Amino acid sequence: MTDNKKNDLKTPAGGITRRSLLKGSAAVAGAAVGSGAITGFPMIWAQNIKNVTLRQFGTGVSNLNEVAAKVKEDLGFTLEMTALDSDTVTQRAATQPKSFDIADIEYWICKKVWGAGNLQAMDTSKIKNYDKIVGTFKSGKLTPESVIAQGTAPHSVGFVEGPNGKTFADSETGWMTLIPTIYNADTLGIRPDLIGRPISSWTELLNPEFKGKASILDISSIGIMDAAMVCEAMGEVQYGDKGNMTKEEVDKTMAIFTEAKKAGQFRAFWKSFDESVNLMASGEVVIQSMWSPAITAVRSKGIPCVYQPLKEGYRSWGGGLGLSANLSGLELDAAYEYINWYLDGWVGGFLMRQGYYSAVPETSKNFMSDDEWGFWFEGKAAEGDITNPFGDVMEKAGSVRDGGSFYDRMGAVACWNAVMDENKYMVRKWNEFIAA
Amino acid sequence: MRDFAVNRTSGLLVLPLVCVLALFLVVPICLILVVSFWDYNEWNFFPAFIFDNYAYIFTSPVTWATYLRTLQYTVITWVFCTAIGFTVAYFLAFHVRSQTWQIALFLLCTIPFWNSNIIRMISWIPFLGRNGIANSVLLDAGLIDVPLEWLLFSDFAVILAFVHLYTLFMVVPVFNTMMRIDRSLIEAARDAGASGWQTLVHFVLPLSKPGLMIGSIFIVTLVMGDFITVRFMSGGQSASVGRVIANEIALLQYPAAAANAVILLATVLLIVSVMLRYVDIRKEL
Repeated sequence: MTDNKKNDLKTPAGGITRRSLLKGSAAVAGAAVGSGAITGFPMIWAQNIKNVTLRQFGTGVSNLNEVAAKVKEDLGFTLEMTALDSDTVTQRAATQPKSFDIADIEYWICKKVWGAGNLQAMDTSKIKNYDKIVGTFKSGKLTPESVIAQGTAPHSVGFVEGPNGKTFADSETGWMTLIPTIYNADTLGIRPDLIGRPISSWTELLNPEFKGKASILDISSIGIMDAAMVCEAMGEVQYGDKGNMTKEEVDKTMAIFTEAKKAGQFRAFWKSFDESVNLMASGEVVIQSMWSPAITAVRSKGIPCVYQPLKEGYRSWGGGLGLSANLSGLELDAAYEYINWYLDGWVGGFLMRQGYYSAVPETSKNFMSDDEWGFWFEGKAAEGDITNPFGDVMEKAGSVRDGGSFYDRMGAVACWNAVMDENKYMVRKWNEFIAA
Repeated sequence: MRDFAVNRTSGLLVLPLVCVLALFLVVPICLILVVSFWDYNEWNFFPAFIFDNYAYIFTSPVTWATYLRTLQYTVITWVFCTAIGFTVAYFLAFHVRSQTWQIALFLLCTIPFWNSNIIRMISWIPFLGRNGIANSVLLDAGLIDVPLEWLLFSDFAVILAFVHLYTLFMVVPVFNTMMRIDRSLIEAARDAGASGWQTLVHFVLPLSKPGLMIGSIFIVTLVMGDFITVRFMSGGQSASVGRVIANEIALLQYPAAAANAVILLATVLLIVSVMLRYVDIRKEL
């Protein structure tokens, strides 16, 4: 019954869809195998899979055309990519289930949209490198001694009870919501040349010294976390869990930021990656919330910019691939194939050479030079110039990654991007802050 | 009997328009109205009949602040657009004598509009920035010692962009009405001893009212509904009603956005109907 229902959903009335054609050809292939005409089933499968097109959408960070080209080369099928901003990604995952096969979303988005039922859990026994996935995404602990950070930690929304599970499980169940692909630790970006002194705390964002030269990002669920890091560092607000604030905590946080805004602390708020780059590169802003590749983009213009490690720790985020609930049969197989390939190292290396981390670092190592691995992962000084996958020089020989090694950075995560129980209230307060 | 036939013909003639308007204007607005009473959670919205969305709008101090700010933008933009638009149209209609030149100059006015709205707006950002062209020129000329901060990401920047973007919407209708003013009236005024100023105030201005009103309606509706100019030019620091709605849509709060849209629509309709009381546009067209 449920199967019928699913099929109905997929086939527009009266039309022959790409999917029904695919199904037909799969059936023919099956028949061919059954009749013994052709013995090697995998070969048929390999022929068939070339006709598959998987539609992936997600934020710009990992939706790169190079990945699609490599998929075509290595796996033979077509991957169509659409890059969107986080709000639009959320919107699509929640409201347009038929517009995608694979959702490349962040864990907090997953928490928000999983309940809409548009994604299906993945069988971890089909994931070849599952055992090698970093502990952060499984037990929540990077190393056995790690303390689990606040917020929507990936492992807390990473598993459900079964293939159709609607509620998140506390521990590894064998059914994963998202296969982690990419993550990083975020902090404040600064212009050391314009500040001219060491910066070591989140409190500096609201330091009157930078009046009219500070900025924060205007994406409520991320911005509120940066704001909380600042308020906590100032000692003004004590949080039970920054990733799940009470109404009172939201009010206090927003009161502090509203006051700062009215006093002219902020030059602008940014919403997209490019805006943050422009604000920093033009010198309009000298300290702001920023994402790692934005720092790189500023530096590649020859302008000094530091991703400043701060004593209170990082605000971290992670993303992963989720499968559309509409996927089945050959296309589902192709999707698993794609995910296994994703964790196999090539993409990991590609992303790590841009400053992100891969969920399975050890496979990525095979696709990076020793110097690159030393610089990006181990926090060692670069021996030669470090280039990104596109061939641009990112760092000169001798430089060291801001914040150091993988364990230094990911081990100092204070909270994860999150969706709160009081989300609706928080969003209203955030909008009031923007309008104030 | 004949009247009935005429009525039926005109009824049939008007039918396609009625259908198009009903389908693409009335139905969507009704849907918005309906959805504005619905409830929502993080990922979905569902039928309900609640007044929460409206209750929040009317009780939140932010709504009042936002509307006040939006109206303020509208009024100031309108004043500048009208002053500049009227002057430009007057120059084109009365000072440029040859029709060829009138057309040439009029086309010249429209050239910037061959480009995208967004591009024209964003070009102001590097120009007005802290290290932008405007500040460098002023610094080099010795007129200021430190860069002017209020040039960009301020209300000044927002209004500058609005005026730049929308003045033509005033020039065109005013120019159009001015061109239809009977020149012998001006001669008569001159013969009767009116000065240039008196002619302008007592003849040209009243006769241009329909054009001014059409232009004003354009500007009011454009500025009231804007969300992108305010966001970019204020650096995301100022709110307008349009931005609030855009934010709510981005956060999947469709019912809240619908309620806001209904209130905005009502406000704009109210303003426009008041404006229409002063001039009967249909008589003038």
